[in-house]
Amino acid sequence: MRTSRMLMAGFAALALAAGAANAQTTLRIGLAEDPDALDPTTARTFVGRIVFASLCDKLFDIDDKLNIVPQLATGYSWGGDGKELTIKLRDGVTFHDGEKMDAEAVRFSLDRHLNMQGSFRRSEISALQKIDVVDPLTVKLTLSAPFAPFVAQLTDRAGMIVSPKAAQAAGAQFAAKPVCAGPFRFVERIAQDRIVVEKFPQYWDAGKIHVDRVVYLPVPDHSVRFANLQGNALELIERLQPTDIPAVRRNQRLKLSAVEELGYMGMWLNVGNGEKANSPIGKDRRVREAFELAIDRATIVQVVYNGEYTPTVQAIPPASPFANKAARIPARNVERAKALLREAGLTAPVVVNLMVANSPDFRQVGEVIQSMAREAGFDVRIQATEFATSLSTAEKGDYEAYIVGWSGRPDPDGNLFSFVTSRGPLNYAKFASPEVDKLMADARVTADVAQRTAIYTKAADLVNAEKPILYLWHRKNLVAHSTRLTGFVAIPDGLIRLQGIRLAAN
Amino acid sequence: MSVANDSPGRRAVRRLMRRPAAVFGLAVVLAFVAIAVFAPLVAPFDPIATNWGAIRKAPGALYWFGTDENGRDLVSRIVYGARASLLAGVVSVSISIAIGLPFGLLAGYAGGWIDMVISRVTDAMLACPFLILAIALAAFLGPSLSNAMIAIGISATPAFIRLTRGATLNAAVEDYVEAARAVGNPRWRIAVRHLLPNILPPIMVQATLAIAAAIIAEASLSFLGLGQQPPAPSWGSMLNTAQRFIAQAPWMALFPGAAIFLVVLAFNLLGDGLRDALDPRHR
Amino acid sequence: MFTFLVRRLSSIVPTLFVVSMLVFGLQLLLPGDPASVMAGEERDEEVLAQIRARYGLDRPIPVQYANWLWNVLHGDLGESMRLSSPVADLVLAKLPVTLQLGGMAFVIACLIGIPMGVLSAVKKDSAWDYAANAVALWGLSTPNFWLGILLILFVSVEMGWLPPSGYVSPFEDWRQSLATTIMPAFVLGNSIAAVLMRHTRAAMLQALNQDYVRTARAKGLAEAVVINKHALRNALVPVVTLGALELGALFSGAVLTEQVFTIPGFGKLVVDAVFNRDYMVVQGVVLVTATAYVALNLVADILYFLINPRLRQQ
Repeated sequence: MRTSRMLMAGFAALALAAGAANAQTTLRIGLAEDPDALDPTTARTFVGRIVFASLCDKLFDIDDKLNIVPQLATGYSWGGDGKELTIKLRDGVTFHDGEKMDAEAVRFSLDRHLNMQGSFRRSEISALQKIDVVDPLTVKLTLSAPFAPFVAQLTDRAGMIVSPKAAQAAGAQFAAKPVCAGPFRFVERIAQDRIVVEKFPQYWDAGKIHVDRVVYLPVPDHSVRFANLQGNALELIERLQPTDIPAVRRNQRLKLSAVEELGYMGMWLNVGNGEKANSPIGKDRRVREAFELAIDRATIVQVVYNGEYTPTVQAIPPASPFANKAARIPARNVERAKALLREAGLTAPVVVNLMVANSPDFRQVGEVIQSMAREAGFDVRIQATEFATSLSTAEKGDYEAYIVGWSGRPDPDGNLFSFVTSRGPLNYAKFASPEVDKLMADARVTADVAQRTAIYTKAADLVNAEKPILYLWHRKNLVAHSTRLTGFVAIPDGLIRLQGIRLAAN
Repeated sequence: MSVANDSPGRRAVRRLMRRPAAVFGLAVVLAFVAIAVFAPLVAPFDPIATNWGAIRKAPGALYWFGTDENGRDLVSRIVYGARASLLAGVVSVSISIAIGLPFGLLAGYAGGWIDMVISRVTDAMLACPFLILAIALAAFLGPSLSNAMIAIGISATPAFIRLTRGATLNAAVEDYVEAARAVGNPRWRIAVRHLLPNILPPIMVQATLAIAAAIIAEASLSFLGLGQQPPAPSWGSMLNTAQRFIAQAPWMALFPGAAIFLVVLAFNLLGDGLRDALDPRHR
Repeated sequence: MFTFLVRRLSSIVPTLFVVSMLVFGLQLLLPGDPASVMAGEERDEEVLAQIRARYGLDRPIPVQYANWLWNVLHGDLGESMRLSSPVADLVLAKLPVTLQLGGMAFVIACLIGIPMGVLSAVKKDSAWDYAANAVALWGLSTPNFWLGILLILFVSVEMGWLPPSGYVSPFEDWRQSLATTIMPAFVLGNSIAAVLMRHTRAAMLQALNQDYVRTARAKGLAEAVVINKHALRNALVPVVTLGALELGALFSGAVLTEQVFTIPGFGKLVVDAVFNRDYMVVQGVVLVTATAYVALNLVADILYFLINPRLRQQ
């Protein structure tokens, strides 16, 4: 009797000690930028999505093969000739404020995304016409026209469901204290310094959450962010510089995770956007082809990014089932490039003004391209412009060539439609081809993967023949973390999902 | 040596030459000017010629300061970078003087509401942090070396307005100015003929020190990506790039920074020496 | 005294008014539409128009200025477009960080600058004097951000002694707080130490020539006592007063230093805001800094007036 009591006391003490050791497992994540407003409806940045991965669950998610998997929804079905989408919801999900996540909340959130002033989700789900609550766990969405990529849109911020009660109470200030149904709830944010979230015990999938607290720390300087990881001041960093990869591999206390992104880097050549389209490279397809032959994607990637990124000639990432597996990258051919310039009746040097975002790696890419193109007779003049300004400059057509990346969407429509259709808002070159327009519209109403792939391949061939954009490479989402951290799964969208992550004691 | 034809200027030069620190400063400044002017002869390599086979090579026999991320020789880039830095220093200070001197003279000499307006604007500009002003202006004008020089020049102007105004006020009550006024000289003529020569010494001192500050400011703007554009080198933009490779290639940060330090130090030494030489009461 | 104060204060109001115009003018200078800058990759013209309307960016410039000034006079600095939070909150959150950094830098500057200034004045024209001058020139001539990068490289990356970046509040953990701020504070203090050293030297030279110091010496007091009790004490007041004016320079220095060390203070706030075209934040921060600078100038002037008997009699 006495022994057993002593034993029990001993166990209790042990449990207490163990409890104390595990009392607070805090995961510190180094971000490459300070996120913008933490409201899924008005948020704009990639880095903000990383934070949302802990705060706000979505109706659907994507897996490492880019398949759509259920999250707050359990399933969906199409009806009404591809215009009606019925979504079944998960039972027993609560928001961080204790409210119940149900069909009404989904209706509220989608309506908010669609109609709130300043919503950046509007264009993503503009096909949505009507939202009906069928029963507490079923919603029926009616679209104005069939739109195959619609479910894919709900795997990102447009699919995030917020607590109607909290959102109504906070109004435009919702970003100051977001209330969603994710695995972690918001604790505090000190702008430019940190965002703190803590484990939400009532999370519907709580069994997969093994850390108590996550602190997101924006450290914009790449080398400083990496130094913090090496110095044990952070457990995980995103957007590691490719040039730091060898150092991670050498360090036995660090682990690297690299997965190709959803987006791409590309070079726009202004073929039809205003007066600047009237340049040698804008007027003549042969000059554009010569430029492409003058550069060597693999070498650029080797020099600037340690060879870690994947050269490409298409907008669709390699992981996607829609990618054109047969696409080949043209080999560098300076003689052929010179010949094409002669054919076009031009004498070297052919001036090309190249706008790049004003960051060290883009400037270096510009310098490498400049040096390669010089051999073929091009005089590339680099204009480093702040990223923000460069986008509006490109929209206005005040450029000849422009290197810019696209963060990418899981569905190929998100990487193509707005860019290559004649009225697409992101078609910086104002490339116009009725055939491409038709194909892109067809793809939107085609559900079959093989058929859609064929359509995209055909459209890409048409675009590549004219070369308003040279796709350059797919970047990689490079994450480095301490070996104390286990269970991290890299997904091509580059987000840091906390499900399954464990953190061993120091 | 006859004392009679010994002008104040010559005396000042002799006093300057007696200060080893100032002479050292002058020598370094002249050396950098020579390097900048004769850059093509001094630089061992083409500063913008890339070499994919020699990326981020550590300092050695061939590349004394090592190479950068595009395999370019750092010695050559620093030599050519001297052009950007010295130009930035001299041009931006010239802009400051070109604006500041007339306005300062006007404020000090005209007085009244003109003085009031100029002084309030000067105070207001001085109250805003110099670098913020320069950053905002440079962002407005767009990133380029010439725009950075304009931005720095404008931001540094109020110091010259204030200095000129003060010197004018002091000089205006001196006897020779009073005399010139009594004889009936027009006001603008008094300002140009009598005031200007007397306020030049303090302006010269301030200008030398301002060049030092302007070189640092240009480096700061280039460091933020708002200065010299690739592939042309500037010390600040070299530091900007170097930050990405601080652990793998520290030499990329070390040498351009050392060059900035040396030139700025030289201008500071020269400025101090000038001040002491032109104003014997100071020391 | 009274007329002096009135004259001084009456010049402050127009100055601050011009500051407000200047600060507002900065936003007109910055290129690019803030709404589209904020949107980044997301381009939706209709939404951009909504945002412009919400922040009043679609109204004529004089109206925008009048609205802004009216709100500022009522203590409302506007709202950050990027973060959707009030600028006043951001300012209050960042101010303590930069004040801590600036305070530590000032202390470091005093610890280096004042003893060196005293030394070089007492041992005028000796090797000590030249050495102190050399140190001062080093401080004046090193680019802040370069020193910062080198310190991060050697102290943090190579040696691992101090964290390379970040900030911890002293109320949270004062040791960590010290560890994260000591390097940037040193970088900042380094440049100001030089200025303080020069002020101290000049003031000490002047004080050492005063009658009371000669008298003290003549009385046979120990040199250390003469220097500490008589000369330094009198020299210190103008030094600290003039030194306080260096806070303006300190802020300019903080801009890049905070950038290099990722310290979430005033400087980083405003630089990031310039690049993100977050106008309200730029305006708010510059206005607050300028006002603080003007106020500090006033205090320094009054102090100077009080301690300088010659001025008082005028």
